Amino acid sequence: MIARSGSKRWVSGADAAARKSGVRVGMPAAKAQAIFHGLMLVDADPVADAAALERITLWALGQYSPLVAVDAPDGIIMDTEGADHLQGGEPLMVSGIANRFRAKKLSARVAIADTWGAAHACARATRQESVIVPVGETVRAVEKLPLSMLRLSSKIVGDLHTLGFKTIGELSATPRAPLALRFGPEIGRRLDQMFGRIAEPIEPIRAAELIEVSRVFAEPIGAAETIDKYVGYLIIRLVAELQRHGLGVRRADLIIEKIDGTRQAVRSGTAKPSRDVVWLKKLFRDRTETIEPGFGIEKLTLVAVRAEPFEEFQKVSALVEEETPDITPLIDIFGNRGQRVYRVAPVASDVPERSVARIAAAAAISDETWVHHWPRPVRLLAQPDRIEAIALMPDYPPASITWRGRKMKVIRADGPERVFGEWWRRDGEFDAVRDYFVIEGEGGERLWIFRRGDGVDPATGSREWFVHGIFA
Amino acid sequence: MAHGAANLVISELRERIQHLEGPSSRPKRVLPFDIPDIDDRLPGGGLAYGALHEFAGGGAGTVDGAAAALFVAGIAARTTGQIVWCLARPDLFFPALAQAGLHPKRVVFVESASEDDVIANMEEALGYGGLGAVVGELVRLPMTKSRRLQLAAEKSGTMGLIVRRWRRQTEARDFGQPTASATRWRVSVTPSEELPVQGVGRAQWRLELIRVKAGECAEYFVGACDAKGRINLSSGAGDGQDQAIRSFYSR
Repeated sequence: MIARSGSKRWVSGADAAARKSGVRVGMPAAKAQAIFHGLMLVDADPVADAAALERITLWALGQYSPLVAVDAPDGIIMDTEGADHLQGGEPLMVSGIANRFRAKKLSARVAIADTWGAAHACARATRQESVIVPVGETVRAVEKLPLSMLRLSSKIVGDLHTLGFKTIGELSATPRAPLALRFGPEIGRRLDQMFGRIAEPIEPIRAAELIEVSRVFAEPIGAAETIDKYVGYLIIRLVAELQRHGLGVRRADLIIEKIDGTRQAVRSGTAKPSRDVVWLKKLFRDRTETIEPGFGIEKLTLVAVRAEPFEEFQKVSALVEEETPDITPLIDIFGNRGQRVYRVAPVASDVPERSVARIAAAAAISDETWVHHWPRPVRLLAQPDRIEAIALMPDYPPASITWRGRKMKVIRADGPERVFGEWWRRDGEFDAVRDYFVIEGEGGERLWIFRRGDGVDPATGSREWFVHGIFA
Repeated sequence: MAHGAANLVISELRERIQHLEGPSSRPKRVLPFDIPDIDDRLPGGGLAYGALHEFAGGGAGTVDGAAAALFVAGIAARTTGQIVWCLARPDLFFPALAQAGLHPKRVVFVESASEDDVIANMEEALGYGGLGAVVGELVRLPMTKSRRLQLAAEKSGTMGLIVRRWRRQTEARDFGQPTASATRWRVSVTPSEELPVQGVGRAQWRLELIRVKAGECAEYFVGACDAKGRINLSSGAGDGQDQAIRSFYSR
């Protein structure tokens, strides 16, 4: 990447291969060409970059958080508080974001921190793909970082370097007055923003086509019932608006603007497009307690961030037909509480742990089920448990086993049921064989055990025994 | 005479209460086991809808809760409608439940990180109405929590089924603590049915009805859930030999 400023051409970006051969950001283009023969030079296009960044920001708005803004020139800032549960929590959300970018052959650095400043610095300083700074650990996380991460103009950073400052920690430990005299209030402001001493609200971007309703209060409100009431009104207006467009909401954000200039957002998601006022009210009422009114709320905004075409269908076709209640609202309630909601579906695989797949709770229902002629255990151990067994080879069940230090005499047994490895999944399973037995002890306890290998050919397995499940 | 007068007052009060309750006092629906011996012991002739029922395992089953879970799955399979299954330890192997007649399309799992969430989810699901049954796997069930669940179940008429399973066998003493559930069962594994050949026959359980509101305790030997979730009486552990298949009441 080559940028021009005046008649000067300098390197404004370099990929990993170029960095390896010594090209650095900020070096003159001619020098870079001299370092590496045949270096590919591309003119930077800041306008297109900014447009692409805005597109990504809008995508993130629909996907991750209600409060998203461009952190110019090369970042996106999101307030994910109150929204991460829809992605399964912070760690999952962070790795999900990184993976999404990797899938598009982009590399992204992700950081979660208490403040915009800290997240900005950590995302740019880290060598890992993602960082999560725990709540209250901001000072420790940023004190060793260089000054350039402080979002100051390059001139101030250069001057501070001349004065001998290297890290943010050093700068924050210095008396403010001389710094302010020399550089103006900028340094103090940035430091305070980073440590969360002064607020730095995110001015979220909005796409023009989003359906949005809002209500401004002349007198700030704060009580939970009042909030509920006005959210109810907003939902009715939003639903009317959606109806005009023939849409149903999949993700709705409630943005709360308080009189001290801070913003909070509550996001709720539904599994299917919805226009049901009662259902949406319930989703938001569940989360009212997470709203901190502070000194009072002066504006409530409700945005349908993701809306999809709403299909109307006839509910009951005949009076005699039994009505099957739709449980999608219930699924949404669980989902918004951050619980994992799923159904299970059969997978055509003989390997027990692969025969069950989790599918989305609102997924289309199929009539498929498992076709097993052999009994299956009620509990399946996540990891097969190693046991000692005394058995006749090759195909007799054990006469006794020792599991978790307890010896069990086998009275009755069934088997073997042979399961072959799925060589099309992993090379290691090419020859692998498991022989499953159902065994019953004296007291009637029934276990599902298997032996690695067919008992004859050592290539098929090590002949070790394992408990894999517990029967009823 | 005074005795009679008191009775009159009570019956009059009862009438007035019933009048107040009005249309909400619909006849209690029950889910029978279709085994007269068991159904006769239960008020209404079966497991009541709109009530909480607790199931625990015996012996090693207090920890794995396998038999209790399968028994519950069999009951759930015989209801109609969707089943919500709340749990914190996801070690259930669904093919086994499918073998007890519970189709995967009927079950929605809700997995939470903590026990409290499991109870909260159960309450939400019980109060929702229109479900076949709500199942929860729990370690602890304090009286107040169980009361809330029972009220939610009463309100909507949904059956609440709780599988109790503990971390250690010694903790199972907790099962003696009072809760608001209508019935309480213990399901323990016993040796399976004798087969004329080598092998493991139909599983058999000792089914103990430990507590029932307005009823007496009982103990049965039953054959485990068949492909439709039904159990049948067997003549007991070990002594049945070839007639084990014959149910108790068909003699």
